[in-house]
Amino acid sequence: MTKEEALVVEGLTRRFGALVAVDDVTLRVAPGERRAVLGANGAGKTTLFNMIAGDLPPSAGSIRLFGEDITGLSPQRRVLEGVRRTYQKSLVFGGMTVRDNLYVAVRGATGPRLAIWTRAEHQPDRHETDTLADRVGLTDRLDTLASELSHGEQRQLELGMALAHPPKLLLLDEPAAGLSTRERESLVAMLADLPRDLTLILIEHDLDIALKAVDYVSVMHNGRLLAEGTPAEISANQDIQDIYMGRHGK
Amino acid sequence: MRWILPLAVIVLLLVYPFVVNSFWLVQIGGRTLGFGTIVLSLVFLTAYTGMLSLAQMTVAGVAGYATAYFTAPTGGVGLLLPWPVALVLALALATLAGLLIGLVAVRTRGIYTLMITLAVAMAFYYLTLQNYDIFNGFTGFNNVEPPVILGLDLGANLPFYYMSVVLAASCYLGVRHVVRTPFGLALQGVRDEPDRLRALGFNVPLLRVLAFGLAGFIAGIGGILNVWLNASISPGSVALNPVIDVLMAGVLGGIGHPAGAYVGAFVFTIVDNFAIDFIARERFNTLIGLVFLAIVLFSPDGLTGLVRRAWTRGTGWARRDRGGAPKTDDIGK
Ligand SMILES: Nc1ncnc2c1ncn2[C@@H]1O[C@H](COP(=O)(O)OP(=O)(O)O)[C@@H](O)[C@H]1O
Ligand SMILES: [Mg+2]
Repeated sequence: MTKEEALVVEGLTRRFGALVAVDDVTLRVAPGERRAVLGANGAGKTTLFNMIAGDLPPSAGSIRLFGEDITGLSPQRRVLEGVRRTYQKSLVFGGMTVRDNLYVAVRGATGPRLAIWTRAEHQPDRHETDTLADRVGLTDRLDTLASELSHGEQRQLELGMALAHPPKLLLLDEPAAGLSTRERESLVAMLADLPRDLTLILIEHDLDIALKAVDYVSVMHNGRLLAEGTPAEISANQDIQDIYMGRHGK
Repeated sequence: MRWILPLAVIVLLLVYPFVVNSFWLVQIGGRTLGFGTIVLSLVFLTAYTGMLSLAQMTVAGVAGYATAYFTAPTGGVGLLLPWPVALVLALALATLAGLLIGLVAVRTRGIYTLMITLAVAMAFYYLTLQNYDIFNGFTGFNNVEPPVILGLDLGANLPFYYMSVVLAASCYLGVRHVVRTPFGLALQGVRDEPDRLRALGFNVPLLRVLAFGLAGFIAGIGGILNVWLNASISPGSVALNPVIDVLMAGVLGGIGHPAGAYVGAFVFTIVDNFAIDFIARERFNTLIGLVFLAIVLFSPDGLTGLVRRAWTRGTGWARRDRGGAPKTDDIGK
């Protein structure tokens, strides 16, 4: 290996029975890079994330994070190594306030996670929730139950939770799904504001967002890596445009 | 305003012995507090971790049997130990039982958790019935009395009642405390979105098992109070009926809030004691069943939910501290 990449995925494959959801995918992502993974529904993007985050074991292939092989690590260990993710469908803790949601994220990233003597309110790291809320624009919603947030706010909260104790590698699965045009714009702004040393991989259905927010694009199709290039190259490539719009069928 | 209700409850608990006779003091008051603490262990699991269990009476039974075995050997079965050692052992065994049941149940959800914990409960029942070396079989243990400390007989009505108040209140406040700690918040994360919690770096199965262990400890305290109240324990104490009673009382009071445990236990104890007066014994279970059904149909969050909604409507208070009542359809999941 010449220089240390943030993430190197080699020959990554995942089968579900006869279906090869992710087929021999190799990716190299540089530190601080913003990368988009594009592809039609069912292309295997979420499955790829599931393997990088440790939610699914790969059928074959390896995953290295800053040179260290993390293929066999549990999801919890990967969080400690700095991998954080969000899900395609909003997954927030509905019965808890925004502040408690964020605080759980802070504790998950740093520990101790089983502290039982001191209430959250009196914990020394409690104030970190304010910083996170500020970064994702939820400061005035801190005491609202997460289930009472709008869909857009829930996505902001998810992002805030993923940013706790700064991750090294952030995986966002369709962060703009279901957002209004205005919310999309503020999301793009939020992504642009992320610290530059953070490596970001973004699954996005909305080509415009992806192309605005990233340096480099990987396109997946039927589990395979179809093409890679800068946003300009990708948007100029008619074949990819056709596939991405679903004109070639699935 | 927010201290009015707690203050009223404290005053009521303190003056209660002076306005009721000994039957109401012990058989209603004492039983509500002891049984309610066992129900609390279930409500804790359900309200804050989203897990159900039919083995909480069984865990309480473990503590009860241990207390009996170490303080009241019967028919040559048992090993007399100093009571502090006996009680610590009883609570340790109940916690261990909770952890083991948690290990067995950790990969299951909803109705399957109910079935597997019911299987554990029935296995324990038959064990107590057929084993004579430890459980003294059908007879069980008699004359299980609380200790006398510095001349104070904790078995006398008034001291027993106040001891029950102190232990039940400690468990209740303990639960209210724990659910606000990082550990308790993580448990609520397990309840709401286990996948998300894992992606944040938590070990979800470990949290589930520890929650069962803590519930076991709480049920153990209730089980000790229960065995003292009855002065005896036998397989009937951990049979199918008492096992299901815990779930009934929990649903009756509302499995979304710890206070519901004691409300449910109180109503259950009243019905249990007085239904016999106006309804034939064989009709009793039908009545309980109907009350249960009515609650589930008309107020899925139990009597506590009913009261809370009336209260909220009356005062226009914002929903504060919902404890995140689990959706009833979780039970079918
Ligand atoms: N847990 C699973 N079990 C079986 N098939 C799955 C599973 N997860 C994904 N798949 C299948 O793998 C393929 C890729 O899915 P996914 O990674 O979710 O695609 P994308 O995120 O690109 O839309 C789809 O055909 C999907 O049905
Ligand atoms: Mg997807």
